Amino acid sequence: MTGGGGEAVLFWVLAPLMVLAALSLLFARKAVHAAIAVMFVMVDLAILYIAQEASFLGVVQVVVYTGAVMMLFLFVLMLVGVDASDSLVETIRGQRWIGVLLGLGLGVVLVGVVSQAAFPPAVGLELANAATNPVALARVLFADYVFAMEVVGVLLITAAVSALVLTHRRRLTPKVGQREQAEAKVAALPSGGRLTPLAAPGVYAQNNAMDTPALDAHGRPIEESVSRVLRIRGQERSAGTILAAERDVLVEHEPQRALPALRAQDANERTVQAATAEHPEGEAPAGDVSGPDDPGRSRVPGGTPGATEAGED
Amino acid sequence: MELTHYLVLAAILFAIGAATVLLRRNAIIVFMGVELMLNATNLAFVTFARMHGDVTGQVLAFFVMVVAAAEVVVGLAIIVSIFRTRRSASVDDVNLLKS
Repeated sequence: MTGGGGEAVLFWVLAPLMVLAALSLLFARKAVHAAIAVMFVMVDLAILYIAQEASFLGVVQVVVYTGAVMMLFLFVLMLVGVDASDSLVETIRGQRWIGVLLGLGLGVVLVGVVSQAAFPPAVGLELANAATNPVALARVLFADYVFAMEVVGVLLITAAVSALVLTHRRRLTPKVGQREQAEAKVAALPSGGRLTPLAAPGVYAQNNAMDTPALDAHGRPIEESVSRVLRIRGQERSAGTILAAERDVLVEHEPQRALPALRAQDANERTVQAATAEHPEGEAPAGDVSGPDDPGRSRVPGGTPGATEAGED
Repeated sequence: MELTHYLVLAAILFAIGAATVLLRRNAIIVFMGVELMLNATNLAFVTFARMHGDVTGQVLAFFVMVVAAAEVVVGLAIIVSIFRTRRSASVDDVNLLKS
């Protein structure tokens, strides 16, 4: 009983690939590579099942093995840590050579027995599969093996429950809920705790970054709105520089809209005020960026007509 | 083509799986070796079913698959719980019962 030359080609293409992929189980350094190789072997096995007139098993192989079992393996690999590699220390002396010997011996014995055995001429499954393969399978499964089928159902439920029980983690500390968190915050108030969440970093017209402080209702920068790490590293920017830079851009591109602001600044002799008034150290760079001649320089190439000039004059 | 070829392939895959179980230390890879052995027996079952013209072999392969799935669930749960307590997935580190 042969499936013709096509099946032989399929077999001789798939079989060496399967053996190679299976060997990577022995030699792969990383468990993920081994898992991918085993998935390849299992898909190939499904193809061979279908070629061997077991189409139902072929589909079940893909669904159960590659779809469920190997995905479970990959999940556990992620859980355990992808780079959990083998230890190369031998705990039993000479175990490697004994293992190689036993594996080779088993292979030789099995292959020898199988290839020497005289099998009866193959019958093929045309007759048995007359009413399609799944129907034929179901007739045997639910007639001769109905008790085994039910026992297998019990086994599956037991396995599911046991997996839940085995991976269940008992709570060792009391649960921290909303109420407990609130009480802890109130209790920490006298020692400098705070009830409200920290303010988010500032959002400006042209700047929205972690290192810029937000402004409070009075226009003062809020120190805590910048990440503590950045503050310790000294990487935070002052609000004054940002406001000054934005003012310059505004003056350059839309002098009409910048006019009221400029008037206010002219009144204050073009120094950056409002936001940075209380922070002289933040004002120093702001003064550098937009010194007395800076706005004027940006206004002249802007080619603005009378309005701004008049404002300046 | 000779059906014996399928049986030889199954034998080779089974031997590779057995060698994996003997040689590797990572519990998950050892487990994959067990899966490979089960799959090799399934291939032999399917081949024998075809050889004898009887789908009972396929039914047995089906049962092997179901039992293998249950075994994987329990085995991986054990590996995960051992990893949680011992921080290791190596089969050598599980020596609590050693005196």
